[in-house]
Amino acid sequence: MSEYLLEVRDLKQYFPVRTGWFTSKPLKAVDGVSFAIKPGETLGLVGESGCGKTTVGRTILHLYKPTAGEILYNGTPVTPQNVRNFRQEMQIVFQDPYSSLNPRMTVSDIVGEPLDIHGLYSTREERAERITELLNLVGLNSDHARRYAHEFSGGQRQRIGIARALAVNPKFIVCDEPVSALDVSIQAQVINTFEDLQKKLGIAYLFIAHDLLVVQHISQRIAVMYLGRIVEIADADEVIAHPMHPYTQSLISAIPIPDPNTARTRKRIPLEGDVPSPLNMPSGCAFRPRCRYATERCAKECPSLTEIAPGHQIAC
Amino acid sequence: MSTPLLQVKNLCTSFNVDSGEVRAVNGISFNLEKGKVLGIVGESGSGKSVTAYSIMRILVEPGRITGGQILFNGEDIVQYSRKQMREFRGKRVSIIFQDPMTSLNPVYTIGNQLREAILLHTDRNREQANARALEMLQLVGVNEPEKRLKQYPYELSGGMRQRVMIAMALACEPDILIADEPTTALDVTIQAQILELMQELQRKMGMAIIMITHDLGVIADMCDEIIVMYAGRICERGTADEIFYNPRHEYTKGLMRSIPRLDTNHARLIPIAGSPVDLTNMPKGCAFASRCDRCMKICLTELPEELDINDDHKAACWMNVKQVYDEAAAEKEAESK
Repeated sequence: MSEYLLEVRDLKQYFPVRTGWFTSKPLKAVDGVSFAIKPGETLGLVGESGCGKTTVGRTILHLYKPTAGEILYNGTPVTPQNVRNFRQEMQIVFQDPYSSLNPRMTVSDIVGEPLDIHGLYSTREERAERITELLNLVGLNSDHARRYAHEFSGGQRQRIGIARALAVNPKFIVCDEPVSALDVSIQAQVINTFEDLQKKLGIAYLFIAHDLLVVQHISQRIAVMYLGRIVEIADADEVIAHPMHPYTQSLISAIPIPDPNTARTRKRIPLEGDVPSPLNMPSGCAFRPRCRYATERCAKECPSLTEIAPGHQIAC
Repeated sequence: MSTPLLQVKNLCTSFNVDSGEVRAVNGISFNLEKGKVLGIVGESGSGKSVTAYSIMRILVEPGRITGGQILFNGEDIVQYSRKQMREFRGKRVSIIFQDPMTSLNPVYTIGNQLREAILLHTDRNREQANARALEMLQLVGVNEPEKRLKQYPYELSGGMRQRVMIAMALACEPDILIADEPTTALDVTIQAQILELMQELQRKMGMAIIMITHDLGVIADMCDEIIVMYAGRICERGTADEIFYNPRHEYTKGLMRSIPRLDTNHARLIPIAGSPVDLTNMPKGCAFASRCDRCMKICLTELPEELDINDDHKAACWMNVKQVYDEAAAEKEAESK
């Protein structure tokens, strides 16, 4: 058995994009991503939209078939053939609590469906009991079980989504922007729910979000992605306090800080221009066209992740 | 003191829906001085966007202004005719919407849409309008502006489109710019670019900005003055420093506690319990009472009035009244001793 619960090695996910009648071009959504998560750990994955963070999350669960690379769960490779066995171990919570719940199903059906599929109960009473237990776990109660999704607020819906993911007792959950569709006051409730569950059940999270404040709050380690590659990975506090990659530096300086005094004194490191299209990736380092320190070497070679301090890796 | 540029007095806006009258904005008043940045924060459904739409008078049916005045330079625009409103919008007050993906017309070129506003509101001819459009695109930092004029919105990225929206809003040099969550749909690095741009343009052109957002970080960065809204009412207002360092309404305090901060101690967040109020079924007393952990009897039955905390800070919370009484009682006790 390995030390890590989940290991991702050189994961690649290309989508064919039609460029003409008979020609297509690969869109490199994820291009060689490697990381590992220990049991009970939270790895935050941040990056701008289109950098491939959601694709990483979905590919791990084989919701997309990976183009290349390996996903190891407890040291066993996950393949399209055996992924069904791993669905009890790995689950996902989606971004949008409005579209990820079937409006024609009651809460007990939504939360109970994974139980049905995996045959995790023997009597109907047992099923009902388990559903109540799950709802209590996420801060809802059994009265809610007979209602439909539309009767709930955004925060409550997200809790239903979490309860559904928890139904099969997973050891690992991909949280794909679980709080970005929620109001600030509700966000805190859901974040606390995630933290409590981790303490109670020892679940590991891959926490995907674009909000760095949220990610640094919940994660032990943070990986920063840019255009399909991880550019920096380190302890959460380390990434925030001493970002090493120029992209991370800009990203952190761009976070709006809810504190007028710091906001006034802080200096932003503005980024020029937009994210290039992943169909037309620049040669070498993908960040090169927007980088302040870009040299000729950056155009030729694509940097790989190197350890520069214990547990702190950057690709620059 | 001269009259403020914009005075909103006791504005009420309602939506008549099947389940009853939704009072989205319920009697709010504020002033906006020339060249100032006013921030309005609140969660979804607190009425901040409806306030903006009321000022522009672009409410969608069945929304309607049911009371109050909106005075622009002393003139009540609620009484304006449709024609007067058309003159007013764009020229006096412009708005930038949240979603740059849907607020540009997909079947017209960028140039076409920019020119339309300029031709309508100024007496420039086509050629001059074109030049002005080009100038505006340069001002907001769009690269290759000549090429962009001929392009359609789908050819631009989100940040670019928001820049075009800003260019369009500023083309006729309005006195007030309303920014309705201008950066919510954008990535942080692009958000930083846009905010920086807005600050720079504001300094250059001296317009007043009403900044509507739920992101306290954006507010802290940009605003001179802040209004906190909850359930269609203003619960607290004051300068940025006062609101962030000395919040006096339980809702604002809750908000401040519930946001993660950029620091290295992972202190647990203290969320605000419960969910937002149902606007069709507003409680009798303070709208926040059901979620407030320091709720008192009076909060359930009577609406708190806005009290002065100091010269640049007001809050509508019974806790402040209680504090005054408590202090008086403590003083008396000290005296008797």
